[in-house]
Amino acid sequence: MVRMVDVFKEYANGVKALKGVSFELNAGEFAFLVGPSGSGKSTIISLLVGEIAPTDGLVIVNGQDMDNIKMRKMPYLRRTIGTIFQDFRLIEYKSVYENVAFAMRVIGASSKDIRQRVPYVLELVGLEYKAKSRPDELSGGEQQRVAVARALVNNPKLIIADEPTGNLDPARSLEILLLLKKINELGTTVLVVTHEKPLVDQFSQRVIAIDGGRIVSDAMDRYYNYESQ
Amino acid sequence: MRVNRNRAFYYIREGISSIFAHSLMSFASICIIIAFLVIMGSFIMLALNINALIGELVSENIILAYVHENLSESDARALEPRLRSIPNISNVTFISREEALQSFIGRYSYTDRFDDIDVTVFRHRYAIYVDDVSQIAQTQAALQHIRELARINANHSLAQTLVSFRTVVSWISVIVIAVLLVISLFIIQNTIKLATYERREEIALMKMVGATNAFIRWPFIIEGFILGMTGSILAFLAIRGLYELALSNMMQFEGGFFTLISFSTNISIPLFLLFIGIGFAVGVGGSGIALNRYLKV
Repeated sequence: MVRMVDVFKEYANGVKALKGVSFELNAGEFAFLVGPSGSGKSTIISLLVGEIAPTDGLVIVNGQDMDNIKMRKMPYLRRTIGTIFQDFRLIEYKSVYENVAFAMRVIGASSKDIRQRVPYVLELVGLEYKAKSRPDELSGGEQQRVAVARALVNNPKLIIADEPTGNLDPARSLEILLLLKKINELGTTVLVVTHEKPLVDQFSQRVIAIDGGRIVSDAMDRYYNYESQ
Repeated sequence: MRVNRNRAFYYIREGISSIFAHSLMSFASICIIIAFLVIMGSFIMLALNINALIGELVSENIILAYVHENLSESDARALEPRLRSIPNISNVTFISREEALQSFIGRYSYTDRFDDIDVTVFRHRYAIYVDDVSQIAQTQAALQHIRELARINANHSLAQTLVSFRTVVSWISVIVIAVLLVISLFIIQNTIKLATYERREEIALMKMVGATNAFIRWPFIIEGFILGMTGSILAFLAIRGLYELALSNMMQFEGGFFTLISFSTNISIPLFLLFIGIGFAVGVGGSGIALNRYLKV
């Protein structure tokens, strides 16, 4: 599903964000990627969604070598990845329904498919009754659930959540993670990037820890305590 | 086919709805297009009028061809078809020696002094009008081949002055219009840049969920097309209205120094097409170019 082999990334300004990162995420897995700010988490996400290319090493996402992908094929690869962000990134002037339908419309789905699929995913995230609301009428937790529904609506193989709970209180954060866990149980691979230890501790899951551009720990159920290093 | 129709429908609907979703930006874009086209259109009308005025002055610039005095009036009149067949001659008027005398006397107030002038001191003559004043020397040379003509008078220097004046005016017009075009394209491009900047997150989102560039671009192009067309049609109506207002005001000075040319179809249609063309280029081209920087992800 996701494979990184000895990946290096040096930005144009000379910052060495990744210094030989290797890990693998199998289909159907649920994993946390943890690490402090500046550890290289965001760089890994940017590599996985094809926003940047690695300086060296191999990045494979859903069977595609990200270094050799043709630009015109990129959109089709991205349809197999659902992305969730800390700041939700909903379109303010569109309703909840339209925000979710938007992800289907822009890849050219038929109206019939949209009418069938959108209510289903809204129900899955528990927001079917808010379909007509605008994002600014929703709480943060609800907005993030809309974002989850949008990430899910095109039935991706992989969901990448970039600090999905960063703007939420602990109770809402847990709700979102439980929702992602539920989605994972339905068959989607999920990678959650976070730095919230208490949250990670509540799940018995694989935790990949990164610090200073290197993987420092990759094990079940263990949050690498990088602060003590 | 069904899918394509669905898509076309989506593009058009998205294009139209985003005009209203970003109504302030749309309004600003239309206003800028109108302002630019009205300024440019006014300048074009001014330039056309100056050109027409010079053209009128030039057409009054004539060649006088004197007929040999041994030809009778009927023989002299018989020359007319031959003169008309010479290239660049637009009109020919025969002036008999009697008419020439009357015209000569008419220039003075003390007419009694000319009572004893014999009409035969005057030659029959032709007033010859040309199409292109810059070719006047060639026309004069062609006239000199006609043996029945004794002398040909042409005012080269006045003709040249008018022609070069017209050339200068034409060049100034072209330069000013070009400068206006560059300045306004710059302003319009920035407006579009601002409009797409406002929506960069939406565009990034579309890229993120896997929209193809074409899918992102089409609604913008349709939006730009509608804004450009609306702006150029409104600008054309404004120019027509303003010019007709100017025309009706000028009518009050009947017989004044000069009259404005009419807003006839041979002016209005090219002007309309020019406006539509600029509206199209600015709306469609501008939004397409401004988008590019957000699509390279």
